[in-house]
Amino acid sequence: MTASKTQKTTGLAERLSHNNVFLSAAALLLSLIVAGLVMLIAGYSPLEGYAAMFTGAFGNVSNLAQTLGTATPLIFAGLAMALAARGGMFNIGIEGQIIAGAFPAALVGAYVQGLPWFLHIPLCFAAGMIGGGVWAAIAGFLKNKLRVSEVILTIMLNYVAQYLAEYLANYQFKAEGMLVRTETILPSAALTPLVPYTRLTGGIFVALAFAALMWWFLARTTTGYEIRAIAENPFAAEAGGIHIARRNLLTMFLSGALAGMGGAVEVLGVHGYFITNMTSGYGFDGVAIAVMGQYTPVGTVVSALIFGALRAGSTSMNRMTSIPGEFIQVLQALVILFVSTPGIVRLVLKRRRQKKEA
Amino acid sequence: MYAVEMRGITKRFRNVVANDNVDLVVKRGEIHSLLGENGAGKSTLMNILYGMYAPTSGEIRVQGRSVTIENPLKAIELGIAMVHQHFMLIEPMTVAENVVLGYEPKKNGCFDLKKAIADVDKLARDYGLFVDAKEKVENLSVGTKQRVEILKALYRKAEILILDEPTAVLTPQEVADLFKVLRQLKESGKTILIITHKLKETLELADTVTILRKGQVITSVPVGEMDEAKLAELMVGRIVAFDAEKAAAPGEHKVVMALRGATVVKEKRAVLENVSLEIRAGEILGIAGVEGNGQTELIDVLTGLQKLHGGAVVLEGKQLPSARLTPRAMLEAGVGHIPEDRGKRGFVGGFTIAENLILGYHRRKEFDNHGLIRIKARDAFAERVAEQYDVRMDSIRDTVGSLSGGNQQKVIIGRVFAQDPKVIIAAQPTRGVDIGAIEYIHAQLLKMREAGKAILLISADLEELTKLSDEIAVLYAGHIVDKRPAKEYDEKTLGALMTGHAQGVEEKEA
Repeated sequence: MTASKTQKTTGLAERLSHNNVFLSAAALLLSLIVAGLVMLIAGYSPLEGYAAMFTGAFGNVSNLAQTLGTATPLIFAGLAMALAARGGMFNIGIEGQIIAGAFPAALVGAYVQGLPWFLHIPLCFAAGMIGGGVWAAIAGFLKNKLRVSEVILTIMLNYVAQYLAEYLANYQFKAEGMLVRTETILPSAALTPLVPYTRLTGGIFVALAFAALMWWFLARTTTGYEIRAIAENPFAAEAGGIHIARRNLLTMFLSGALAGMGGAVEVLGVHGYFITNMTSGYGFDGVAIAVMGQYTPVGTVVSALIFGALRAGSTSMNRMTSIPGEFIQVLQALVILFVSTPGIVRLVLKRRRQKKEA
Repeated sequence: MYAVEMRGITKRFRNVVANDNVDLVVKRGEIHSLLGENGAGKSTLMNILYGMYAPTSGEIRVQGRSVTIENPLKAIELGIAMVHQHFMLIEPMTVAENVVLGYEPKKNGCFDLKKAIADVDKLARDYGLFVDAKEKVENLSVGTKQRVEILKALYRKAEILILDEPTAVLTPQEVADLFKVLRQLKESGKTILIITHKLKETLELADTVTILRKGQVITSVPVGEMDEAKLAELMVGRIVAFDAEKAAAPGEHKVVMALRGATVVKEKRAVLENVSLEIRAGEILGIAGVEGNGQTELIDVLTGLQKLHGGAVVLEGKQLPSARLTPRAMLEAGVGHIPEDRGKRGFVGGFTIAENLILGYHRRKEFDNHGLIRIKARDAFAERVAEQYDVRMDSIRDTVGSLSGGNQQKVIIGRVFAQDPKVIIAAQPTRGVDIGAIEYIHAQLLKMREAGKAILLISADLEELTKLSDEIAVLYAGHIVDKRPAKEYDEKTLGALMTGHAQGVEEKEA
């Protein structure tokens, strides 16, 4: 009876209300159209803009490499968000966890000496994962102890991470020179560009491997099964003997570890050190990427690549046309708006309903 | 002239035909029962009449006029109101505010609360619906909340009242009160349509019954020509066995699980106080009580979902340390749990049947290989259990959310029974389940009893309770107020005890 009640209307609205590729594709298309209209109103040619953007993202090997390189940390950020959501947690602190991963990765890269690259790089990754994981787990721990929403906790911890890292980079670990940054990592820790003068490094393969790992974890392991059960119905999960607080903590740790990996890859592959403001909004893009990717690993990778192309393309649109690069932010905001209107709203409603029943 | 005429109504949902060329004719001023199993199409039909769904084809006439009902607002305009199974009330607001919502009396453009209260008071008096208009809805009992819903309908000048399973949540006394109210409304000329799958209620209350099965009207006849067996047969499509045979279980009826002075405190109030009971092998202990008198806490204590604030749980003669009072430990110790609210505690709607069939047992060696799911073993198990417990489905990869209530319940029962539990905590095992499935679930419970399982049965359905239980304990305000062999109770006595009228027993003894 109740099942039939939910099928009130058919057609577009219903199709949109289901998780599917259609929703994401529609959102992207709609955003391109609306952003185009905004360009038109502002007196620019959207065709010219999009053409420049497309060339900038895919035009030659170097541009394509830049797109993939830009997408690398975005994949990690998106996976971090997606994993948290699949475990019923809303981790909005990915930005902070990227910093919490980048900083220790940079230190391990700079100060641990005498290791060959095949040990040094994984060690930096481990430092990044632990840093990001612990940072997210703090929010999970406090949620369990104090019953504070992880949304608030992770947002606040973003600032703590940012200013703490800034402080440390300014005093204890400051490198010589004008910039607020740590010492440059040793060559044994560096990820070298696959295409010269681009951001593309082996990090992209690591990112893809982690996406596969996440799929495997959720689909094939008993712990992944438990985590998904909590997200879908915490009450049934509890009755099924699943320790919710413990699993939430694990979910947060793993989510943060993915974010921390993003930070580590960015340090080892792009900057070579930790520098303030290096995250440039990856964490928040990660939210949009995961939502557009329907919280699946494959979807997240695909939408991270699209976002990477947008970011890379905007630079060249800025250079080649009179259209300001900021239009890309308009576009991204629209994507978020259109994808999340059914998506995030649904998530929030679901949680509220569960809270009421509790 | 008829109050409602629905002719040739067909409603398709994608590939499902919920209503197939249905005719429903309701006379003015009658109580008309719409009887059918879950999924027979009763609710769909009423939702069409109330403007929630548009019919795929067919014609609707209200008071003789052909109409199109695009939405509930239009339905209300036409004098049709619906009282849903789940009340649509705003809990922190008063009765008066709830009743007038959407049609508020105004003075100088502002909400006129005084007039609202006066109007609602008058309406309540006129129809004999006793409610305090100034009381907040959250403080009301379920039966009273339902009255508020009816008042809401009357305030909107409804002539045709649709009630969706109105007795599902009521105590026997509240049901009697509701029926009185409905008869009064009939006297004053209202037309009442009641959706139900309960035969007794149809026979007791209705003038005419329309029976739906698989989306089609089987028949529409005056209730006078019917009896319970005939109704059941028409509704299910075959002869239904009403009395499950109950043979005594062999062997010694040892106490398997017990509570000793169990106390649970919530918000500084003892919701369960000094409760002691014993669940024996080969017996069913029934718990009678109005919802909210400690049943949920009792279930939660026995399944490890609720910590004790006093007293102890004893399993097979050993008192369990409080660290063992967790859902996982209880499941491992062989305490199977059929939750009272299956949608909430019972299953994960978005998970497949196979995934749900191992929930709670997913850490067992047969399903878990050092942290990896044994997918083949799980699926083979799921196929077997789904077949054994007669789960009607296309594939074990369907989500449980897509099954009917009865089949969802069979998934839960199959999950518990397949793990050879020592104790079964069965809460509302047949709530919202159709007759065929009820029959089946009862038989399964009795089979478990004969197999020597110790069973605790919590049910709001007194018929079910008296039929299945060996012994019944009555829970009222967190206390066990009475306990004796099931055959010493009748529904009336139980009803009185459940509502705190201990004299119900004295009268019987006198």
